[in-house]
Amino acid sequence: MSPARFVALLALALAAAAALSLVAGKVWVPFDAWRATDPRWLIIAELRLPRTVLAIVIGAALGLSGAAMQGYLRNPLADPGLFGVSSGAALGAVLSLYFGYAASALMLPAFALAGAAGTMLLLALLAGRSGSLIVFALAGVIVSSVAGSLTALAISVAPTPFAVTEIVTWLMGALTDRSWDDVRIAFPLVVTGAVMIVATARALDALTLGEAAARSMGVDPARLQWLIVGGVGLCVGASVAAAGIIGFVGLMVPHMVRRVVGGRPSATLLPSAIGGALLLLLADIAVRALPTVSELRLGIAMALLGGPFFLWLLASLRRSLA
Amino acid sequence: MTGLATTSLTVRFGGRAVLDAVDIACAPGRVTALLGPNGAGKSTLLACLAGLRIPDDGVATLDGTDVHALDRRARGRRIGLLPQTPDVHWDADVATLVELGRFPHRAGWGRSAADIAAVERAIAATDIDTLRSRVVNTLSGGERSRVLLARVLAGDPDWLLADEPLASLDPAHQLDVLAVLRAAAVAGAGVVVVLHDLNHALHVADDVVLLRAGRVIAAGATSAVLTEARIAETYGVVSQIGTARDGSRFVVALGRSG
Repeated sequence: MSPARFVALLALALAAAAALSLVAGKVWVPFDAWRATDPRWLIIAELRLPRTVLAIVIGAALGLSGAAMQGYLRNPLADPGLFGVSSGAALGAVLSLYFGYAASALMLPAFALAGAAGTMLLLALLAGRSGSLIVFALAGVIVSSVAGSLTALAISVAPTPFAVTEIVTWLMGALTDRSWDDVRIAFPLVVTGAVMIVATARALDALTLGEAAARSMGVDPARLQWLIVGGVGLCVGASVAAAGIIGFVGLMVPHMVRRVVGGRPSATLLPSAIGGALLLLLADIAVRALPTVSELRLGIAMALLGGPFFLWLLASLRRSLA
Repeated sequence: MTGLATTSLTVRFGGRAVLDAVDIACAPGRVTALLGPNGAGKSTLLACLAGLRIPDDGVATLDGTDVHALDRRARGRRIGLLPQTPDVHWDADVATLVELGRFPHRAGWGRSAADIAAVERAIAATDIDTLRSRVVNTLSGGERSRVLLARVLAGDPDWLLADEPLASLDPAHQLDVLAVLRAAAVAGAGVVVVLHDLNHALHVADDVVLLRAGRVIAAGATSAVLTEARIAETYGVVSQIGTARDGSRFVVALGRSG
């Protein structure tokens, strides 16, 4: 399949999934009820539509970030969470829950974004201006584990069991009851991040030849690192702020995409974005449509998909090594 | 002052001078071999010439201009580098990989007629036309080294810098790569190549630079510089230089000296 046809196919599937997303849920709203006069229209306009848009925006952000990270670190197992930006954003959100600020709808995303920004700043300070990959990856691991342990600390010293439940539930990630406010916060940040990531596309291709060759051809490693940290940070930070931690999208989608479009990093960016949106949207439709007592958390659903995916990855890796 | 040169170039790693006041001058249209024992500073010198490493002292200059004063892309267009361990991180096909060499020439997304022509020239020069659609990581070592060399040639550099391009190749493929380097020099490019085997230097190099412990022992025309005495001084081995049937010269290491 040619890359262009693949992208068109993904886009078509995404459009179909978006339509299904507006219909599906605890209450099914068939197409003939899509009139402003129908009482069920409110479900679509105020609940399903923002939720669908948010799933697309976040899924695209995570898929794109994953493709960029894997290209940048030249490691097919790299994940947008590797920088610690998602852990940092989660820590911010958890703190807002811990201190009870989250009663105001905008406080949690604000705290999460502050956490993401703080992480990026810390990362930039730790990694320095060398543009070195190894220093950078290590800095990411450090930041990530520190933020993770602080989150665990916040949970363990939480004032009430209610706060613990709230924090733990939030951390699992979901798109339940998201409003246009969440879209308005996430969308511009994700778009900005995506523009920064797309600006790295050709440098990521050059990096295929290794750091020395890429630099000799004119790639500026410090600028590239800045764009990647900023772009992935904005995408992931906005995603966590709006939906909590949703793993595996950024890891799985670029893998699947690479099977069709090949390994060239720049070629994986657009299909990974659309594929990420499609995967997250389908998963969100599934958790809504599944007849469970309380809605399955989206983050858990993705993690449940992630296990078998890794198994498949391992199997195909062993096949190619055998 | 044309050419790729260094003036009292000094690089230190943790206080130890890896290169100590190195002055060399490489001329366009000639093959210059950088020779010396392991740890002599050959690769570091090449990295300085390519503008990848900022020296602690002194300068590397291209036609009299500090290579660091050049714009990154402009430098990339003029100086092509084949690193010592050329990685290929993704499953790229040969044509795509060679085209990456056009990176410093391309501002946007499209490929120009000049891009296509340069890629075709590079593919022809390295004789990899039949490999076009193969995935690079499935090639043999010899094929792979030609493809990676084609990537550098595709950039149409005025200067071709190669760090041990013959490592782990069999004799036939070594000769192939040496022939490509020679052809690039004949076409007018300056070629600077780090070599391990003195016979390769005798085979291909117009000029040699002998390095030992970060200092230049001798530099100049190959036949004048590469003598048994200088080899002893540089490598610490007793050697004999002889003449082969075809009139070319060869060198045999007989044992450690002293």
